Amino acid sequence: MRAHAASLLVAVSIGLAAGLGVYTFVYAKGASYLTNDSRACANCHVMNEQYDGWSRSSHRAVAACNDCHTPPGLIPKYATKASNGFWHSFYFTTGTFHEPIRITERNRRVTERACRKCHAAVVDAIDRFHEPGRELSCLGCHRSVGHLH
Amino acid sequence: MTNPPRRFLPFVLTALVAAVAAIGGAALLVNIFQHKQEARNPFYRVVDLTDEIDDPAIWGKNFPQQYDGYKRTVDQVRTRFGGSEAVPRTPTKADPRSVVAQSRLEEDPRLKTMWAGYAFSKDFREERGHAYMLEDQTFTERQQVVKQPGTCMHCHASVYLPYKKLGGGDLMAGFEKMNQMPYSEARKLVSHPVACIDCHAPDTMQLRVTRPGFLEGIKALKAAQGIADYDPNTMATRQEMRAYVCGQCHVEYYFKGKEKRLVYPWAKGIKVEEILAYYDEQGQVDWTHADTGAGVLKAQHPEFEMWNQGIHARSGVACADCHMPYERVGALKISDHHVRSPLLNINRACQTCHKWSEEELKARAELNQERTFRMRNVAMDALVELIGDLKSARDGGRPDAELTAARGFQRKAQFYLDFVEAENSTGFHAPGEALRILGESVDFSRRGQLAVRGVAPVASGAPLPRPSPK
Repeated sequence: MRAHAASLLVAVSIGLAAGLGVYTFVYAKGASYLTNDSRACANCHVMNEQYDGWSRSSHRAVAACNDCHTPPGLIPKYATKASNGFWHSFYFTTGTFHEPIRITERNRRVTERACRKCHAAVVDAIDRFHEPGRELSCLGCHRSVGHLH
Repeated sequence: MTNPPRRFLPFVLTALVAAVAAIGGAALLVNIFQHKQEARNPFYRVVDLTDEIDDPAIWGKNFPQQYDGYKRTVDQVRTRFGGSEAVPRTPTKADPRSVVAQSRLEEDPRLKTMWAGYAFSKDFREERGHAYMLEDQTFTERQQVVKQPGTCMHCHASVYLPYKKLGGGDLMAGFEKMNQMPYSEARKLVSHPVACIDCHAPDTMQLRVTRPGFLEGIKALKAAQGIADYDPNTMATRQEMRAYVCGQCHVEYYFKGKEKRLVYPWAKGIKVEEILAYYDEQGQVDWTHADTGAGVLKAQHPEFEMWNQGIHARSGVACADCHMPYERVGALKISDHHVRSPLLNINRACQTCHKWSEEELKARAELNQERTFRMRNVAMDALVELIGDLKSARDGGRPDAELTAARGFQRKAQFYLDFVEAENSTGFHAPGEALRILGESVDFSRRGQLAVRGVAPVASGAPLPRPSPK
């Protein structure tokens, strides 16, 4: 009888925690982060400026956030999303981040590769003679194509 | 059944873990809720603002964030080449201030030589923040040496409403009336330093120019560029307005004629030589130099003019972009109304566009400033030497006719030097232009010294022979 009551208590506790978790996930539009919709990236307002900039940029019609900020391939893409999702949430929740916000070195490399993926023909012609480690950076000159800030 | 607690331990622990998870989930939920609330950009209209309310505290009720920043312009912070330092002083009856900024005359006594015979040689302190503009103008010792006109209020007080009241609803009429009043009379009509109403329309918060001096000045400048009847309030872009509202006051000016009308000398353009050409044409002399008898000019804070010659202006960067950069407050993006040196706010002022570290950006700015400062010292020495030569010649009984050319060079050298000296960026607003002006100032001083010695002046500014293109 007692065991039964204890199991019930545990079940209710776990149910409450799970329910709260599910509600939080839905309330925070968690599922939207699994999509390719750029609006999801501005769910939390800290990316408003970047989203606004992108929606006026030359690339808005051909590339969404994920096209430049995640690597190709399903697993690398979602691994990057998971990592960025966790750290972005962490810093946004704790409020400990540099402003204006800056891209991390890893994410910059992801973006740099994205430029070279679509513009391979052009880039190859420009960059073929540069030694490894001394490649040109697309973003050095074309910083504003995605979003200026 | 003998030891029930041990049997229940796994259940209790699981329940505890679930409880901690629930607490974490709830905390996160509340945090997300708070962030979503900030994203609603709340605006509460507490008071109805009209064009008849000039008290910034009332405007501040609707815009507490901006008002909070505005009030912080009381801060006195030094930068390497500028900024003010709080210097304590004993209040007197004539001057109740207990804190002032450092004296520039004590820092560099050569300024007294440059301004000999002018009120600026009596008292000249580093400018402080906007909050002090009215107080510092009211109590400067310059007031005791000369009778200042009411014109000064144009830029030392929130004057839009007082002008309109004085002019019976007509801004321009009020401006003209106040210009002709004695300072002490005009002072009674104003009560705030620059306030919200001076740059914002009360109904839309849109930027607007309210200063008659700028309205007339920019009209003359645009007319010189072939644009007739220019009115910034209807013809300027939003980004232009983000510089024009500052250009209402941070400019070179003079008081024209007996009416003491405030005029921005831009009818020929806003470069230093264009402004000087305008003054020469008008026959304007601010004062006669006490040591040399030359009719000279005082340049005053031509920030707008200097910025216009720089790379930032050319790239479309306005005053407000660096001096009132956007900041995020919750989800709100607001202009920082704590107007100050960008060097005190490098991450927001510079890093929005320039992706380098704060140290690097500061070093770049200070490199430009140090170069300007060194060259300014060279130009200052040259001018002081010219003034010394002229003074000896004059004291030695040389007739005025023989000193005319040298005095002309002093007028030029001094105005050019002061154009950079009085400009509040130590060259940063346009580094190349600042050095060009100082270089020419040195040239004028040395030519003046040659003229004192009777060496025939070579036409200054004659075009250099160009290498012919092959």
